[in-house]
Amino acid sequence: MSTITNTIFSPELAERFDKLVTIYPVRRSALIPMLLYAQDEVGYVSEAVIQEIAKRLDLFDLEVRSVLSYYSMLRTKPAGKYNIQVCTNISCMLRGGYEILDHCKSKLGIGHKQTTADGQFSLEEVECIGACCWAPAMQVNYDFHEDLTPAKVDEILAGYSDGKGAK
Amino acid sequence: MPRLVSHPDEAIVLKRRFGQGAVNIDKYIELEGYAAVQKAIAQGEEMPAWIINTMKASGLRGRGGAGFPTGMKWSFVPKISPKPKYVLVNGDESEPGTCKDHILFREDPHSVIEGTMIAGLAVGSKMGFIYLRGEYRYLLNIVEKAVADAYAKGFLGKNIFGSGLDFDIVTQTGAGAYEVGEESALMESLEGKRGIPRIRPPFPAVVGLYGGPTIINNAETIANAPHILLMGGEEYAKLGTERNGGTRLFSISGHVERPGVYELPMGYSLRKAIYEVAGGIKGGKQLKAVVPGGSSCPVLRADEIDVGLDFDQMAKAGTMLGSGGIVVLDETVSIVEFALRTIKFYQHESCGWCIPCREGTDWIKKTLTRVYEGGGQKKDIDNVQYLAENMMGRTFCPLGDAAAMPTLGFVKKFRKEFEDYIEGKRAGTPVMTTEHDLVGAGH
Amino acid sequence: MADVTITVDGKKITAPAGTLLIEVCKGAGIEIPAFCYYPGLSLQAACRMCVVRQEKVPKLQTACTTQVAEGQVFFTDTPEVIQSRKAMLQMILANHPLDCPVCDAGGECELQDMSFKYGVADSFFAEPKNHREEQKWSPVVYFDRPRCILCYRCVRVCGEGMDDFALGVQNRNSSSIIAPNVPAHLSGVVENGVELAQLDCEQCGMCIDVCPVGALTSGTYRYKTRPWEMNHVATICTHCGDGCKTTLGVRSTSDGSEIVRGDNRDKSGINGDFLCNKGRYAFDFANSTERITQPLVRQANGEMKAVSWEEALSYVGKKLAQLRDSRGGKSIGVIGGNRLTNEEAYLLQKFARSVLQTNNIDHHRTADYVAFAQALAGTTDRTASLRDTLTAKAVLMVGGDPTNQNPATAWNLRTAVRLNGAKLYIANTAEIKLRRQAKAFLHVSEFGYGALVAYLTGDDSSASSAVADVNALSSFRDAIKAEENPLILIGSELRGAELKHLIDFGLAIPGAKFALLGDYANSRGAADMGLLPDMLPGYSRIGPIETQPFDSKTAMEFAAPTEQGLDMLEIFDAAAAGDLSALYVVGSNPIARYGVDPASLRNTFVVVQEMFLTETAALADVILPAANLYEKSGSVTNSYGDLQQVKKAADRAGVRTDFEMIVRIADKMGADVRKLVPFGTGVRADMGQTRGAQSGEADRHAVWLTANNLEPRLSPFDPYAILDEIQRLVPGYGLMRLQLLSGNDQHLSPSATAVTDNNGLCQISNRRDLILPSNDTLFTSGTLGRYSAMLSDLRQNEALRRLPQTDQTAAD
Ligand SMILES: Cc1cc2nc3c(=O)[nH]c(=O)nc-3n(C[C@H](O)[C@H](O)[C@H](O)COP(=O)(O)O)c2cc1C
Ligand code: SF4
Ligand code: FES
Repeated sequence: MSTITNTIFSPELAERFDKLVTIYPVRRSALIPMLLYAQDEVGYVSEAVIQEIAKRLDLFDLEVRSVLSYYSMLRTKPAGKYNIQVCTNISCMLRGGYEILDHCKSKLGIGHKQTTADGQFSLEEVECIGACCWAPAMQVNYDFHEDLTPAKVDEILAGYSDGKGAK
Repeated sequence: MPRLVSHPDEAIVLKRRFGQGAVNIDKYIELEGYAAVQKAIAQGEEMPAWIINTMKASGLRGRGGAGFPTGMKWSFVPKISPKPKYVLVNGDESEPGTCKDHILFREDPHSVIEGTMIAGLAVGSKMGFIYLRGEYRYLLNIVEKAVADAYAKGFLGKNIFGSGLDFDIVTQTGAGAYEVGEESALMESLEGKRGIPRIRPPFPAVVGLYGGPTIINNAETIANAPHILLMGGEEYAKLGTERNGGTRLFSISGHVERPGVYELPMGYSLRKAIYEVAGGIKGGKQLKAVVPGGSSCPVLRADEIDVGLDFDQMAKAGTMLGSGGIVVLDETVSIVEFALRTIKFYQHESCGWCIPCREGTDWIKKTLTRVYEGGGQKKDIDNVQYLAENMMGRTFCPLGDAAAMPTLGFVKKFRKEFEDYIEGKRAGTPVMTTEHDLVGAGH
Repeated sequence: MADVTITVDGKKITAPAGTLLIEVCKGAGIEIPAFCYYPGLSLQAACRMCVVRQEKVPKLQTACTTQVAEGQVFFTDTPEVIQSRKAMLQMILANHPLDCPVCDAGGECELQDMSFKYGVADSFFAEPKNHREEQKWSPVVYFDRPRCILCYRCVRVCGEGMDDFALGVQNRNSSSIIAPNVPAHLSGVVENGVELAQLDCEQCGMCIDVCPVGALTSGTYRYKTRPWEMNHVATICTHCGDGCKTTLGVRSTSDGSEIVRGDNRDKSGINGDFLCNKGRYAFDFANSTERITQPLVRQANGEMKAVSWEEALSYVGKKLAQLRDSRGGKSIGVIGGNRLTNEEAYLLQKFARSVLQTNNIDHHRTADYVAFAQALAGTTDRTASLRDTLTAKAVLMVGGDPTNQNPATAWNLRTAVRLNGAKLYIANTAEIKLRRQAKAFLHVSEFGYGALVAYLTGDDSSASSAVADVNALSSFRDAIKAEENPLILIGSELRGAELKHLIDFGLAIPGAKFALLGDYANSRGAADMGLLPDMLPGYSRIGPIETQPFDSKTAMEFAAPTEQGLDMLEIFDAAAAGDLSALYVVGSNPIARYGVDPASLRNTFVVVQEMFLTETAALADVILPAANLYEKSGSVTNSYGDLQQVKKAADRAGVRTDFEMIVRIADKMGADVRKLVPFGTGVRADMGQTRGAQSGEADRHAVWLTANNLEPRLSPFDPYAILDEIQRLVPGYGLMRLQLLSGNDQHLSPSATAVTDNNGLCQISNRRDLILPSNDTLFTSGTLGRYSAMLSDLRQNEALRRLPQTDQTAAD
């Protein structure tokens, strides 16, 4: 029942979006989840994503851009397959968050908001992710990793490189 | 996975199902789950009044930060409204030092669902939203599954528990924005907009989500409701202190031996929380300071921790209970660095709407950065204080205060340390390695 | 709402409950500073400048959001309040470039004024400011990001006011920026190697107007001059029929004075806060290098030669007199313009009728004001002012497209819907943009207005020819009939019988008022003043004097022929047939407008008063260089019948006003100028010295007066000299002179003679093409618009239409 022909999304996601716009009292409420889920699938919020979502919600592209640029998890450039987000906010900082960040930097050879040449990993320093009591913590995509040490980070990264994921 | 901790001093109400697989709806039911909502429905016509009276009697105050009495908040919702009423659960948990809702969703999502239903029944709402911060995707999956299970059992949807009343729950995700935890910005975000707070009045209880009267509560606040209905308001109230009923989840983090989320009775001693419950300062070091209620609360020096953990006692001590995130700093911490890291967060998260917050956080950050990097002058401390004082109470929403209050705390209580730092006598061991851009943090 | 009494700074003030404190204070003369507050736009409370102390309230309150209630007590100037405001300014200025010396807004900047007032001179920040390059967002809108203080006025005026939503806020925290709707990477516009974001919008420039600082600047004005180096002259825009008040910024040049800016400083006009792109930027035709600045006379070899004024005027006068005397006045045609002042239009028809002895007079009729006046004959209080579009509770609009053709009307209608909950009913053959504000929209079939009007007046059988979806029709009609005092706006497509029947339908609704939307500054005035072959001023029918029902004085004073003359098309038919000895065209381009075959004028002596070498001027035997509406004084009447004063702003050496030229030609023809212009008898008669630097003109007039043994004080070149006569003779123009001269608008409703036979209308139904809606857009303005470089830039910009293009890329 999607009104969109030629969707840029997978059939599953398109179907999910068709449903998503119906569950709220107003369609526009679906905007932020849609941007996030589209980013999960496409890798970032591309121009095409903006335009299709605007169409689905009957919004101007500009409105979508205004909203999109407000939220820090949404990005308009591709990231690595595994986006490593190291928290350095106070609780993590006190327990070695910067050490973890620096370790990731040297291990991967990239800096904040950069991506490895093979496109596997990207790195971001982020604000508090709600894992303060298990600090230092980071997220790889949506997976939490807690009580980190440099050695543990090595293990986790190796797990992702092997394609096994970690945990 | 978040580690569960325990301590004999804990008073277990909310945590009673933690660690027992209550994510599973059958297990939840086995542990008296969905009994509270049925108990409420059994009150018949008296139900709304009964729920609100019980909540009032419990002395429960909001766990999101401001500590507003929950029963009273619910009673503000008009009985008759031309627009639909809503319940909005705030699971945006973003205040640095706070991770209690994280573990709540992880361990007992159905209690949030059941609490949402109870709030809805209390005010005559047919629809609730549970909003989780975007980073909590795995928790969103858990909550979505729990909601689906509740629908499958017929607990949600039409005619819940034969009451003749309908109730639906929709889950929602954010996408990275602290400000969206502020109640009116949260409603904007849920309506698909930038997280800019709204002008008040009107207050959400009268004009909220989609223009309808809306109850908005922190997830922990909401999850307390079923327990309170089961045990009775007075029983719950007794666990805490006067005007501060019950228990609350404290996230204790930083330089302690056993960080974790503990459920302590309201009014519990801060000193004991640090030295007994959390096992004392890590590595036997000296305590330097405590940020007692999430990063926006003014810091307490080591000699100021003999205070009870409730809203009123903390206020008396010149700080706040906030979101219950206790961050412990040992002697190695440089307060200059810690203050900078704190303002950096608020600068990054300011929505940018109003002048004092947008510019104030930016200039405090810029000035402290220069001080931190060695280019500070004495008057910088005054400038920082001037900016913070002129933000206080003048911003559009409380984020400006949240940025100004800790800043004022640091420069007032540790002024000497700032002065020494500027003169090259630096206390503590700096750990921050990020090169700070002087331009505002874009993203 | 009931009145309440509050106390502000110890002063008791009474105001309706719920009024915003900032407005209450303004009314009581208590100044509250504000950046983000703008009357009529949504509330923001973002700048925190308007803070006040309210008794018993813990925090300072924002006056822009506080609604007053009984007994409240406020303090607006305590040390605490002043300190708070000062700190806000310090925080803004910290990142502000302080480039006031080169900023366009310098001298008229709210931030400057405020900083001055609160004495914020000390800057205690050592950090570098965030610098960004200035950006060009469109030919007319430039953005200087560091100057922006994020008051969001531009975003709101664009979205709420204009319904364009071309501006938004992006990013957050101190990275927040105002952004236009076409992002840089999609714009395709590269300057100095940088892709530039673009504004895809109506280019009205309201964002520039409301910007309290110099962050948004105008492409026509930026870096041209400083505000205090200009003379600011409030006059009326020459472009569309809404007749907005505009303030022209004028600067002296070596050959006169040049207009450097059009804006809306004077918000007292009928357009309130509004001005569109044409009013704001399209004054530049006046400065065009293509202007004719010397009289030109065609030589025997066909070439045009520049001659002296004396030579040109004598030649024209002699030739016209000779042709009149030899071939009769009936062989002469006169075509006037719809951008002449009322005084000029009146004088032109009087000159034609009394001196040339012809009724062959017409003008480019952009709407059927004749039928309009006749349909309303005998009624009172049935015509609407533009001001009514702002306050009406219900509006029916049949035809027209105000967004493109009457932008101020569109602005007012949107405002009325947004702020007053007005109900807008639209019937149109096109999906015009205003339908977005409409409560009901009827999509009328092509050529379906006649059927629609028939349906409205009760002929149910015409439903299916009116619209495709007949279901909507009856509820539409019922809804309008149920409205009280509706405003009925009529597009220029409706004319003749259709127009009359629509008005008949409306007249049955109690309190209904009407307006017919034409184009150009004085189309309505041209008709009111009788630039018509069959009507004298005020729509009194020409005929034997005894049959003139209104007032035979007019005809007697004119000694005009009593037969009706040839209309525009008949004049050219007569020319083609060799029967037109002379054609006198004043500010009109009929050759291009009506597609006249130039060859038809082969045997006609053609005199054209023009600014430019138009298609019509190109055929002339004599071209007399004319001043435009911005270079003369007088009055104009907008589409609605609102009379306003035109004030001389600019000047150009070598050109003369049409008024003067007509008088001079009459003089050369040997006519009694004193009869033509009853100068010396008016309340005000001057030679123009009071109207700016125009000594050339004053001298010239003095010479003429001396030669005629007249007192230098009294001048036949003063348009106001004829105002008395207009007041006295033109039905409906019993205007209030003081109102006019003090720059206030007044609504007039000329009453026509009732039509008893069918003659008045049948002319139209036979010759529909006599009424020629201009079909101008936001970026055209008749012939004149072609000489505005800014309008042609905007047309090119419009042709790019970036947004649909981006839609096409969505699929890949
Ligand atoms: C800047 C800011 C951020 C906030 N973030 C949160 C949050 O993440 N979670 C939360 O529950 N409340 C947060 N709050 C508090 C909410 O505005 C609101 O007071 C709370 O959700 C009400 O629920 P309660 O009464 O149950 O505490 C925040 C407030 C401010 C000013
Ligand atoms: S205080 Fe102002 S800028 Fe800061 S978050 Fe609130 S509204 Fe936004
Ligand atoms: S005018 Fe009130 S806050 Fe800006």
